Amino acid sequence: MNTVLLRNKAQEMRRLIMEGIAEAGSGHPGGSLSLVEIMSYLYFYQAQLHETDPLWPERDRIILSKGHAAPALYAALAAKGYMPHEEMLTLRKLGSRLQGHPDMRKLPGVEMSTGSLGQGLSVANGLALGLRLQNKANKVYVVLGDGELQEGQVWEAAMTAAHHRLTNLMAVVDYNGLQIDGFTGEVKRLEPLAEKWQAFGWQTVTVDGHSFADLYRGFNVERDDRPLVVIAKTIKGKGVQYMENVADWHGKAPSKAQAQEYIEGIGGDVRG
Amino acid sequence: MYVVNKPEATRDAYGRALLALGQLRSEVVVLDADLSKSTKTAGFAAKYPERFFNVGIAEADLIGTACGLTLSGLKPFASTFAIFATGRAYDQIRNSVAYPRLPVVIAATHAGLTVGPDGGSHQSLEDIALMRVLPNMQVWVPADGEEAYQMVIEAATETGPVYIRLGRQVVPHVTPADYKFEKGRAQVFGPSGDVTIIACGVMVAEALRAAEELRQAGLSVQVVNMSSIKPLDTEVLEAAASHSRLIVTVEEHFVAGGLGSACVEYLSTLRSRPQVGMLGVEDRFGQSGHPDELLDLYGLRASNIVAAVKRSLDS
Repeated sequence: MNTVLLRNKAQEMRRLIMEGIAEAGSGHPGGSLSLVEIMSYLYFYQAQLHETDPLWPERDRIILSKGHAAPALYAALAAKGYMPHEEMLTLRKLGSRLQGHPDMRKLPGVEMSTGSLGQGLSVANGLALGLRLQNKANKVYVVLGDGELQEGQVWEAAMTAAHHRLTNLMAVVDYNGLQIDGFTGEVKRLEPLAEKWQAFGWQTVTVDGHSFADLYRGFNVERDDRPLVVIAKTIKGKGVQYMENVADWHGKAPSKAQAQEYIEGIGGDVRG
Repeated sequence: MYVVNKPEATRDAYGRALLALGQLRSEVVVLDADLSKSTKTAGFAAKYPERFFNVGIAEADLIGTACGLTLSGLKPFASTFAIFATGRAYDQIRNSVAYPRLPVVIAATHAGLTVGPDGGSHQSLEDIALMRVLPNMQVWVPADGEEAYQMVIEAATETGPVYIRLGRQVVPHVTPADYKFEKGRAQVFGPSGDVTIIACGVMVAEALRAAEELRQAGLSVQVVNMSSIKPLDTEVLEAAASHSRLIVTVEEHFVAGGLGSACVEYLSTLRSRPQVGMLGVEDRFGQSGHPDELLDLYGLRASNIVAAVKRSLDS
């Protein structure tokens, strides 16, 4: 694993997220920034993906269930080279392929249209079941938000995955501890979270979601016949100091000046 | 083509068609939410257990799982009762099926009043309305077993989502021997006349009986089985509008939002149109009772259609 590459890609993605949301004037920076190392790890190390073709039939599939973190997904696709970096500036604008929430019919590389929370795990299950039925070895990764776990469908799907022993499925929870109205522990507590998944028949591993080494440990833990969930402890707004752990930055755009200030702070152009 | 020229519930025809598809198309998979004996997916489950997925009592998960199966290249048929499919899992159908235009077939059984004794909580009278307002979604309502069978076979080749509304109770055979279901094309009984009765599902047989009675009273009447509610057969509507003095729509569904609404929405765009009457369930829920008792109570019989036609023409 080339952690320098992953770190560079993460920084590139943060810059794209800040630029895109600032230009759009709306969007969800907090939960996009908390996801960056997870997305960098999945797109540049863990998942089997084609260098240039986002629709390569043999690819692993990555479904972003927490669709409001679309900027993190688009940034990953841009960093991967699946779309031009400049396109990030069309985020949320009329006619853009970069819809406010991911639209699979508009942008290749978006595996599923998401946005209404709680639906991605069911879809990932169906995909994993279908791949297994056709004797295909591709893996399915699904990225869940922590607040999203308050949706009942997630737990319907958790039972389904365990019942079918979907070992070709891996979920990751972006456990940043915040949702729109405040801390998850105050709005509706998730703890004990690992125990919940275990009780539903899942193998769990808790990691630091900003550490590539720890993410590696999580996704490559010795498997049994249960589906795996990586509970990734993260910081909402990670990397932009004044956004970190502030619920208000869930769905508020930085100004263009703030985005520029951030980019200068990380040393200017990191696109190379 | 397998033709059963005897009364049959459309859900039974669905079960037959799934068995045929199991052999015909290896990409077909079937999902259910713990109602496989009632929805008649159990036959497919027994014969093709590896291609059948029971998600338990979890309709949201049912629809989401079906979406994922399409992403792997398979062709899922997802079944439960109409009330749960379209109500409980509405957002999943809207955002995960219709919005990304995934080729999920939602074959929902036990629609309408004719569920009977289970009562109002289980009698879906809004499913046509809920499904037809969704972009990308098609809505098909078979009149009998033969038409249901053909629709299911046809749905397997569709590249977008389809909602098929199926019933619990046995219905008379009305489909002519040479009939071939085509989406967007209604089935027409008889030449155009003074009156056009447009019906779907269970009500087609009632409409045919009503037409017979009205003909004996000296009126010329055409019956239209508008089994493809979306896409709607607008040619047939235009013909009816230009030839008839009166159009009456009849459905085992709320008057609001269903077949009648779909027809009236189109008719309203025409320069000239005849008088239109809409029969269905008015603004109230169903209740327990025998299906026949309920059709009587809610005014969905041939006699009600006859009375409505006569009343309209007299006024």
